[in-house]
Amino acid sequence: MLDKMAATSRPTERATTQVVSARKLSLTFETNDGPVHALSNVDLDIGKGEFVSFIGPSGCGKTTFLRVIADLEQPSSGEISVNGMSPGEARKARAYGYVFQAAGLFPWRTIEKNIALPLEIMDYSAAERAERVRSTLELVNLTGFEKKYPWQLSGGMQQRASIARALAFDADLLLMDEPFGALDEIVRDHLNDELLKLWARTNKTICFVTHSIPEAVYLSTRIVVMSPRPGRVTDVIESTLPAERPLDIRESPEFLEIAHRVREGLRAGHSYED
Amino acid sequence: MTGLGDRFIPVMTILLGIVAAWYIGAYALNAPFQRGLNERAGETPGFVEFVGQTMSQPKPTLPAPHQVAVNFFENTFLRSVTSARSLVYHAWVTLSSTLLGFAFGTVLGIAIAVGIVHVLALDRSLMPWIIASQTIPILALAPMIIVVLAAVGITGLLPKALISTYLSFFPVAVGMVKGLRSPEAINLDLMRTYNASKAETFWKLRLPASVPFLFASMKVAIAASLVGAIVGELPTGAAAGIGAKLLNGSYYSQTIDMFSALVAGSIVAALLVTAVGATGRVVERAMGARPA
Amino acid sequence: MSNVLRDWQSSAALVLALLSIVLPLTDAGSVGLKAVLVLLVITAAVAAIAVRAGLLLVVILFVGAHLAAWLLLQSLGGKTGMAGPSYYFLLAAAWLLAWRLVTVLSALKIDNRAGDLAIRLGIPLLFGIWVLILWEAIVRGAGVPFVLLPPPSAIAARIAGSVSTLAADVNQTIVKAVLIGYALGCTAGFAAAILADRFGFLRRGLLPIGNMVSALPIIGVAPIMVMWFGFDWPSKAAVVVIMTFFPMLVNTVTGLAASGHMERDLMRTYAAGYWQTLASLRLPAAMPFIFNALKINSTLALIGAIVAEFFGTPVVGMGFRISTEVGRMNIDMVWAEIAVAALAGSVFYGVIALLERVVTFWHPSIRGG
Repeated sequence: MLDKMAATSRPTERATTQVVSARKLSLTFETNDGPVHALSNVDLDIGKGEFVSFIGPSGCGKTTFLRVIADLEQPSSGEISVNGMSPGEARKARAYGYVFQAAGLFPWRTIEKNIALPLEIMDYSAAERAERVRSTLELVNLTGFEKKYPWQLSGGMQQRASIARALAFDADLLLMDEPFGALDEIVRDHLNDELLKLWARTNKTICFVTHSIPEAVYLSTRIVVMSPRPGRVTDVIESTLPAERPLDIRESPEFLEIAHRVREGLRAGHSYED
Repeated sequence: MTGLGDRFIPVMTILLGIVAAWYIGAYALNAPFQRGLNERAGETPGFVEFVGQTMSQPKPTLPAPHQVAVNFFENTFLRSVTSARSLVYHAWVTLSSTLLGFAFGTVLGIAIAVGIVHVLALDRSLMPWIIASQTIPILALAPMIIVVLAAVGITGLLPKALISTYLSFFPVAVGMVKGLRSPEAINLDLMRTYNASKAETFWKLRLPASVPFLFASMKVAIAASLVGAIVGELPTGAAAGIGAKLLNGSYYSQTIDMFSALVAGSIVAALLVTAVGATGRVVERAMGARPA
Repeated sequence: MSNVLRDWQSSAALVLALLSIVLPLTDAGSVGLKAVLVLLVITAAVAAIAVRAGLLLVVILFVGAHLAAWLLLQSLGGKTGMAGPSYYFLLAAAWLLAWRLVTVLSALKIDNRAGDLAIRLGIPLLFGIWVLILWEAIVRGAGVPFVLLPPPSAIAARIAGSVSTLAADVNQTIVKAVLIGYALGCTAGFAAAILADRFGFLRRGLLPIGNMVSALPIIGVAPIMVMWFGFDWPSKAAVVVIMTFFPMLVNTVTGLAASGHMERDLMRTYAAGYWQTLASLRLPAAMPFIFNALKINSTLALIGAIVAEFFGTPVVGMGFRISTEVGRMNIDMVWAEIAVAALAGSVFYGVIALLERVVTFWHPSIRGG
C-alpha cells in the first residue's frame, strides 16, 4: 500500500522539476511523396525520476520525439526544453544518455574501451574512466567481460554493454529507443527486470520507446500512447502498479487492466484499415 | 535539377581551378627558358607579351591548355583519318588491340571462374595464384612478349592484344568467382530441393546472379586492357597507336603532341568504360534489376 | 571398377604408361631408365587406384608423381629437343598423378589448425611447382629456343649469377622510386580525402573527377615526368605519386562515409567534435577501405616505376634492365628481373595484407564471422 502511494505520488513531484517539456511540438519531413507529419502538436511534460514509455504503431512519431529531445532532429514548430535548456544546449552539456535500437558498439574496441568512449570524448581522467567503467559494468552485470570484443558477446550482452555506455557519464536522463526490440522474449524479460532495478538504484529519468504493450506496462510509471498520420499523443496512462515489480506481476488483474487501457488507446487512435 | 546543380557546379569549379593552376604552371615552368631565349636575342618584352610568349613555345616544358586543345582539334578533326598524323588513326590502332585483348580476357576470365567455382582442386590450387598474380607487376612482361613474339614472326595486333588479355582476365576472373558464389545459401538450398543438376543451378541461378559482378569487373578490365595496349606499343617503337605517339613525342620533346595523345587516350578510356557501364545497365534492367 | 572411374586421373596415367612401353623415350635414351620410369608410374597408378584414401594414398601419389618427373628430367641429360613420344606420355602421366594428389588433398578434412594451414598452403605450392616442372620439362624436351622461353633452371642460375646487378636494380627501382613515391602519393591522397571530407563542396567536385581519373591510362604521364624530372628516380617517384594519389583519395572518401548513421548519431549525443568523431569512429571504420587502396597502390606503384623506366633511366633499374636485355636477346636476364619484381611485389603486398589483419582484426572478412 505504501509502495503504491509512492508510485502514484510521482506525478505530483514532476510539476516541480521538469526534465522534458514540450509545447505544440510539430515536425514535418519533406519527402518525394509529399510531406510526412511525424509529430503534430505534441504537449508533454516529463518529471524528474519518471519512467515514461512511448508506445504506438510504426510511423506514430515515438522515435522521432525521442530524437527531438536528443537534438538529433529539429522540430518544425513548437517549443521543447530539456533540463530547462534547448535540446542543443542540453546535448552540448551532455545531459542525457541515448540507447539505440541496436547496440552499435564499435567492433574495434573491447567492451571496456567501448564504455570508456564517451568518457574519452568528455575528457575524463584515466583513473576516473577506469573507475566508472568498472562500476557501470557491475551495474549491468557484465563484470569479467572487459577485455572481450563486442562480436564475441551475445546480442543481449551487447545491448547491456550499450546501456552501460549510456550510463557511464552519469547523465540524469536516459533515452532508450526500442533497446530490446531485436532480442528474444526470454532475454528481453530478463533485461526488463534488470532495467527496473537499475532505475530504482540510480533514480534516473527514463524515456523508453517500445512497441510491446507488456513491456510498456511492466516498466513505466506513465505510458504515452501515440498514433500515426499525423504522429500525435492520443492517451497518457498513469500506472497504478507498485514501484517494486516482480516479473509475475504481469499476471495480476491490475497489470491486465492497465494493459487493456493501453490496447484501447491504441485502437482508438489507429484505424487498421489504412 | 537541384541534384544536377549539386554535382555540376562543384565539378566545374574544381575543373576550372585545375585549368587555372595549369596556366600558372605553364607560365612558371616555361618562363626560365623563354627568359634565356629573350636574353640571347637581346629583347626585353613587357610582362603581357612575355606571358604570351611562354604560352606559345613550340616545345614548351608544360604546354598551355589551349595549345593542347588546338593541337588535339587539328589532329582529330582536320586530318584525314588515314593520315599517320591523325589522332583518330592512332586511337583506332590502340582501340582495336584493346578490344581484341578485352574480348580474349573476358572469355578467359569467365572460363577460369567457372572452373574455380565447380572444381574444388582448381579452387584450392589456382585461386591463391590468381590473387598473388595481382601483386606482380605484369606490365614488366610487355616488352618481352612483344619482342619474343616478333622473333618467331608474330607481329602487329596479336602481341599487343595478348598483353591486354593478360591484364584484363584477372579482374574478370576474380569478379566472376565472387559473382558465381554470390547466390545465398537459401537459394542454393532451394535448387537442391528441386534436385537440380550442377548445370541447371549454373544457368538458372549462378549465372544470372553474377551479371552485376561481371559488368563491374568488365569496367575495370577494359580500362586495364587499354593500359596494356598503350604499354604494348612502347617497346617495339611501334609506328602507330597512342603509346607510339607518346614515345615519339618523348624522343623529340614534342610535349604538345604528348599531351594531346594523353587526352586522346583518356577520351578513349572514358568512352570504353561508359560503354561497358551503359551495356551493363541495359542488361541488368532487362533482367529486372531496379534502376539505381 | 567404380574405383577406376572415380580415380580417372590415375587410370589415365596407367594407360599412358602402358602406351609408352612401345614408344621411344628420347632419341638416345637408356632403356634401363625408361623401364624404371614406366614401372614407377604403373606401380603408383595401380596403388593409387587400390588405396582409396588416407595418408598412404597421399604418400604414394606424391612420391610417384615427383620421382617420375625428376627421372624424366634426368633422362634428358644435357641435351635438349631430344624427347620422344613416350617422354610426353610419361610426363602427362606424372602430371595426372599430381592432379589426383591435389584432388585428394583438397577433399581432405583436417581438424587441427596447423595441419589445415599446411594443406591450404601446400596445395597452391604444389600447383606452382608443377607449373615449373611442366615448363622445364617441355622447354627442354622439345628444345624450345632459348630466346623464346628459357627453362626455369636457367633463370634460377641467372638470378644466382647476377645478384649484385639485381640488387642494384631493386635499390634503384623499388627502394627509391617505388617506396618514396608510394609514401608520398598515399599520404597526399589521404590528406586530400580528409580535406574533401571536411568541405562538402570539395568532395562533390573531387569525387567524380577522382572516379573518372582512376579509369584513365595515367601511365601515359610517364614520358612527361621523365622529361620534367630527369632520368633518375625522382621522375619515377613522380609517376608513382600520380598513380597512387587517386585510388587513395576515392577509397578514403568512400570509407569515411562507411560508418553507420546510428554510430554517428551516438557521437552526436556525446556532443563530440569533428576531429573526435573522425579519430574514434570514422577513421577506424574507414580502415578496410584505406587498406584496399594501399593494396591496389602497391601493384600500381611497381608498374608505374618499371614502365616509367622504359622512357629513360640512368644505366640501372629494373625497367631499364628489362628493356635493354630484351634488346640484346638476353631473355633469361629479363625473366630473372621479372621473377625478382614478382617476389618484391608479393612481399610488398603481403606486408600490407599482414598489417591489414592487425589493424582491421574486427572486420567480419578478417575474423571470419
